[in-house]
Amino acid sequence: MENEYISTFEIFTTSIIRFWPTWSAIAVVLIGGWITRSKLGLFGRLFDSPVGMTGLIIVLFWIFTAIFADIIAVMPSDAASFTPGIKKGGPGIIDAGNNIIMIWGADNLARDIFSRVVWGSQIVLIIAPAATAVAYMVGITLGLPAGYFGGRIDTVLSFLANLILAFPVILLFYLLVTPEIRQPVYYDLGLFSLPWSIPIGLAGFFFLFPIIFLCTLWLTRFDHAPKKLAMYIGATVIIGLWIYAGLVFGADFAPFNLEPNELNVFAAVVLGSSPGVFRIVRGLTLDIGTRDYVAAAQTRGERPWYIMLWEILPNARGPLIVDGCLRIGYTTILLGTLGFFGLGLSPESPDWGSMINHGRPFVRVASSIHLSLIPALALMTLVLGLNLLADGLREESLRD
Amino acid sequence: MFSFILKRLGVMVLTAICLTFIVFYLVNLDPNLEKIAKTQGNMRMTDEQVESWLESNGYREPLIKRYGEWLINTVQGDMGYSLRMQKPVTGELGQRLGYTGILMFWVMVVMVPMALLIGVLAGMREGTKLDRALSVASITTTSAPEYVTGIIFTVIFASTLGWLKGVSSVNNITIENFTLPVITMAIYGMGYIARMTRASMVEVMSSQYIRTARLKGVSFKNIVVKHALRNALIAPFTVIMLQFPWLLTGVVIVEAMFNYKGFGWLLVNAAANNDIDLLLGCSVVAVFVVLSTQLISDIGYAYLNPRIRVN
Repeated sequence: MENEYISTFEIFTTSIIRFWPTWSAIAVVLIGGWITRSKLGLFGRLFDSPVGMTGLIIVLFWIFTAIFADIIAVMPSDAASFTPGIKKGGPGIIDAGNNIIMIWGADNLARDIFSRVVWGSQIVLIIAPAATAVAYMVGITLGLPAGYFGGRIDTVLSFLANLILAFPVILLFYLLVTPEIRQPVYYDLGLFSLPWSIPIGLAGFFFLFPIIFLCTLWLTRFDHAPKKLAMYIGATVIIGLWIYAGLVFGADFAPFNLEPNELNVFAAVVLGSSPGVFRIVRGLTLDIGTRDYVAAAQTRGERPWYIMLWEILPNARGPLIVDGCLRIGYTTILLGTLGFFGLGLSPESPDWGSMINHGRPFVRVASSIHLSLIPALALMTLVLGLNLLADGLREESLRD
Repeated sequence: MFSFILKRLGVMVLTAICLTFIVFYLVNLDPNLEKIAKTQGNMRMTDEQVESWLESNGYREPLIKRYGEWLINTVQGDMGYSLRMQKPVTGELGQRLGYTGILMFWVMVVMVPMALLIGVLAGMREGTKLDRALSVASITTTSAPEYVTGIIFTVIFASTLGWLKGVSSVNNITIENFTLPVITMAIYGMGYIARMTRASMVEVMSSQYIRTARLKGVSFKNIVVKHALRNALIAPFTVIMLQFPWLLTGVVIVEAMFNYKGFGWLLVNAAANNDIDLLLGCSVVAVFVVLSTQLISDIGYAYLNPRIRVN
């Protein structure tokens, strides 16, 4: 049975129309941003930079696509069509079974590539920024004292950071993400049993840092107001540990749970990117630590952690924001690398790396290039958007 | 200078020992060993049989002792026996590294001159249209990792136009099957080096001595070629050296993608088949490459930049 196709022009228009929630959200954000641009600081000045603006629009496009994925996607990510002849169907093929138009074609299991790319954006845009955020907490908590105190702390931490940086990323992934290593061993602790594996240990270590970071932040800020301090720390520890239990140990009562695969990927990506953050924070601290306002705070008798968190860190935000944009892009690439080697999430997962890997065997035949080309382009545009945004932000922050 | 190099060498050796020990520990975890016993013996071994197999093959000795033995053998050039390839690891590694060497050589030949040229052209007149265009182009190439550009190039040049081949081979390197792996790898690093070159070129071009040269009436061409280039290329030198570890990941991706059976392909195979000795051998090479390039870039940077040498 021959399947019907829509024309190239219709593919084009349908692609644009299907993303309507994204377009409207971008319009709202941009108009709102334009009106309030004088109050937005660095982000407001982005409107003057065409490069940064292009980047921002691309990034917003993927963010809103991820948010509105369930409105935009026409099929669930793993739903296969059973219409004959639809497997590997080219862009614009019409599924005669349910009249759904697969505007970007179907893959070798007859799943809608458009929907999978849209669902994939959700995975990528949750894991990459979240992993970067955790890496930032780790890097800041360790980089500040290394740069501020110097001496032995610095030597040890820098050695560790260089150790991880010298580890070839790809080897690290192969070693950390194999099924043998992630198999949890359960330790019975009487009341409950605790799963343990190297990735769980790593994640357990890394996820402690956000809690430590926030607690230190409150400790230094509110040490003159014990009531407020107790409230903030209490809330942070309780909520933090609640989330922590779910993320690391998969406790049922917690708000978020991670699959063992996801935990693995998360731990590997955080491990891969936190030494870089450590290095940049350490360098910035070394630089800013010599400024007059730091000396003034020292003379006032402020404690070291107060100076680090409330004098140095806010003044390092410009380079850190720029680096953050670049690093989310880098994390996206890492995530894609994992998917490309089939190491990452489950094989069914619609994340872009896995889709590229899935479509790779078919790329050399002209009729089935869309299987891997479309997720590849999706990944590339997201990273490009982030890089352009970072470039625009850097240019604008250097202006004054 | 001598004590500087000596100190760096010491740290390098320490790092190498730490890293190889971590790899050694990870590949010798119980589940891995169990799998080896089952693939080497038979799949239906009972737990006791697995245990006795591991015992009799020396896998149950203390980890530190085994690591020490492995380290001594490795230093003497014997990295053990690859269970998958049925060959000694050292010979296999040497052969595959040779193939990857050819690939790397051509990547460097394409990447470095192009990147420096783009960077210098963009950076010599900051803010012009040429600068903008080249900068955006280099940002674009750094946004596309090898597995994306590889796919795009294969689609354009192999699947659609049919000019080049999307599958490579180590035994029969031709322009058709070798161009795609080379440009795929070259283009990712190219943008990065070009941006670094541009940044350092911009910095040099706005410095006092260039202004002096201009006021003296030196022609723009001479300023760029004779005065600016030398200083502007110090920073990219380090970046180029530090590209090697990056290229390592690239090699693994590109070789897997184009089925070029070099070092990267070997590493993937070793990891996928739980081939302990081979995987350890690969990691020794990888760690060595990363650390030695760091060392060379440190020394080279100090050598090229007298201000650091004095300190």
